[in-house]
Amino acid sequence: MYRYDEFDRTIVTERVAEFSGQVQRRLAGELTEDEFKPLRLMNGLYLQLHAYMLRVAIPYGTLSSAQMRMLAHVARTYDKGYGHFTTRQNIQYNWPKLKDVPDILADLATVEMHAIQTSGNCIRNVTADQYAGAAAGEVDDPRIWSEILRQWSTFHPEYSFLPRKFKIAVTGHAHDRAAIKVHDIGIVIVEGDNGAPAFDIYAGGGQGRTPMIAHLVGAKIAAQDLLHFIDAIMRVYNMHGRRDNLYKARIKILVHALGAEEFARQVHDEFAKGGAGDDLELPEGEIARIRAYFAPPAYETLAADDPAYTRALADDKAFAYWARTNLAAHKVPGYAIVNISLKPIGGIAGDASDSQMDAIADLAQSFSFDEVRVTHEQNLVLPHVRQTDLYEVWKQLDAIGCATPNIGLISDMIVCPGLDYCDLANARSISIGQIISERFADLDKEHDIGELKIKISGCINACGHHHVGHIGILGVDKKGVENYQISLGGAADENAAIGDIVGPAFTEDKIVWAIETIVDTYLALRKDGERFIDTYRRTGIEPFKETLYAAA
Amino acid sequence: MPLLKDGVEITDDKWVRIDDDAALPEDCHALVTMRRWLAERDTLTARNTPIGVALESSDNPDAIMDDLGRFSLIEVDFPQFKDGRGFSVGRLIRHRGTYQGELRAKGDILPDQLHYLARCGYDAVDGDARITPAAWAEAQTRFSEVYQSTGDGRKTVLQKRQCI
Repeated sequence: MYRYDEFDRTIVTERVAEFSGQVQRRLAGELTEDEFKPLRLMNGLYLQLHAYMLRVAIPYGTLSSAQMRMLAHVARTYDKGYGHFTTRQNIQYNWPKLKDVPDILADLATVEMHAIQTSGNCIRNVTADQYAGAAAGEVDDPRIWSEILRQWSTFHPEYSFLPRKFKIAVTGHAHDRAAIKVHDIGIVIVEGDNGAPAFDIYAGGGQGRTPMIAHLVGAKIAAQDLLHFIDAIMRVYNMHGRRDNLYKARIKILVHALGAEEFARQVHDEFAKGGAGDDLELPEGEIARIRAYFAPPAYETLAADDPAYTRALADDKAFAYWARTNLAAHKVPGYAIVNISLKPIGGIAGDASDSQMDAIADLAQSFSFDEVRVTHEQNLVLPHVRQTDLYEVWKQLDAIGCATPNIGLISDMIVCPGLDYCDLANARSISIGQIISERFADLDKEHDIGELKIKISGCINACGHHHVGHIGILGVDKKGVENYQISLGGAADENAAIGDIVGPAFTEDKIVWAIETIVDTYLALRKDGERFIDTYRRTGIEPFKETLYAAA
Repeated sequence: MPLLKDGVEITDDKWVRIDDDAALPEDCHALVTMRRWLAERDTLTARNTPIGVALESSDNPDAIMDDLGRFSLIEVDFPQFKDGRGFSVGRLIRHRGTYQGELRAKGDILPDQLHYLARCGYDAVDGDARITPAAWAEAQTRFSEVYQSTGDGRKTVLQKRQCI
């Protein structure tokens, strides 16, 4: 993992001091809420429906056990004993008191954490593939490049007042787990001509009220040119992105209005001008320095199939169920990637209690080289667990309610906070997620349905990624009544697609029926081995429309 | 409206903003719009007094990049603190165009933005009562380390690490 040097530490410490001063001025009445708002929004502090909400950055979703314990400490000491992991791989606390925020930030700084650029119209926390450094077939570790981008984007003098917020995601794998094509900039690490890592750079993706899939604007950009090329994109956007309408200010609107080709031409023109008196070339020495922090841990040489693990799979059906969905292949023989489900049946997606976080920190320390990852699908990952330890890890996860065997299945939903917390929401999301997960609680049924990604947003801002759900659910307000619009066929991976709206919205008491009807339609239509998304792509929307609306 | 130049309050600003349809007074520091400069460049250049140009936030500085040496003042409008185009404009004029004269940010500017403005090449700010010499001085020391190279001469963290 990356560790701060004296320079990184100085920057975070100075920022904590500055923001603490701003909070003190607000508490003393020297700043009005109007004056305080732009300042707190630079530091992840929102005023929500009932209280302040603090969003803490987890750069590219990577945590040490000490950092995870600190997140537990914050939940226990300053909040109501839980935190909410988000689709940006961050954590949100829903009930901090303003007077405590400086103390929270000071505590976080002791483990090299902060809330910098988790809100505001700036370059937000960079996200990455949660299996970074662990998945077989990875071209290069996206954390190296995410950390380089984190430093470059922190308090950027030119790009801290962009037309709108700006999100960058990085994957080093051909199978995209970081949803890079629905980001303002999505970066795919590819093999360059000389065998060194290079970058395919996509721009103009996004969700919200105008969902768009990103376009390739730079192919095989060399490593030393990464910052220079990203800078060119940022400058074109900062100069020409719309500022007259909040809803048309994201880069996707600019890319769409110009056309991807013309946008790419402007970026390459800007790139060719060679910066603005600055030196943006990444020196080899700095790349090597950062790469060294992400060197592989000291793996043991193990057999590809551990006999104890194989025996446990045969003996314990519950363990075998969990292993089937919650494990992923590791690049090193004898190891596995463990997914920790934060989607208990009937629970709140992405929430973890302080004691759960502490227990997961202990597991990471004992069994996963001290590392935990946060996924954009609101789960956690222990990236490097020996097969021989899996049964023990599973038992301990089961004991804290974090071993629901549902990763990738219908009850593993992305769910935004919705009207229970968020002052933008039109409808509740959490309760809709809960009733759907309860309806599909039967494990055999859930495994029979197979991979199916439901994503739920409580409003058009699409924090719950509904546009890219295999089944997307969007809460809408219809004359004061919460209604839910369904879309089908979305995807967030390398075959990214925006879902198609199936028809008129459903009331809350019909939504579970509608989801069941969609699932039953798929089960009746599917051919051998087809996942929901495969069937949908083959049949199109019509059969689903038919079963959903035929009776009406 | 306090005006700061290099962090010092200026009470007798000699620049006079001239409307596009007004005649140019003799013998004054005339500040004209970019539109007027582009339309009347030859006449304006023939004058023997300092000339300044004022950019709206939507003006593209590429149009005056070849003329930068002719100006003693370039003023850039910040209509709202959220409108960050001026940060790029400053860098293009000062760091790409190597403009040497006064670069002034005018408008809705937060004290918390002064640090960024300085790093983007501005040496003067014309803002509201919050823009004080103390605020400017504080902004210059706000971060003792910076990650980005901008052309302002500050050594970045990366350069310090790599001894370059």
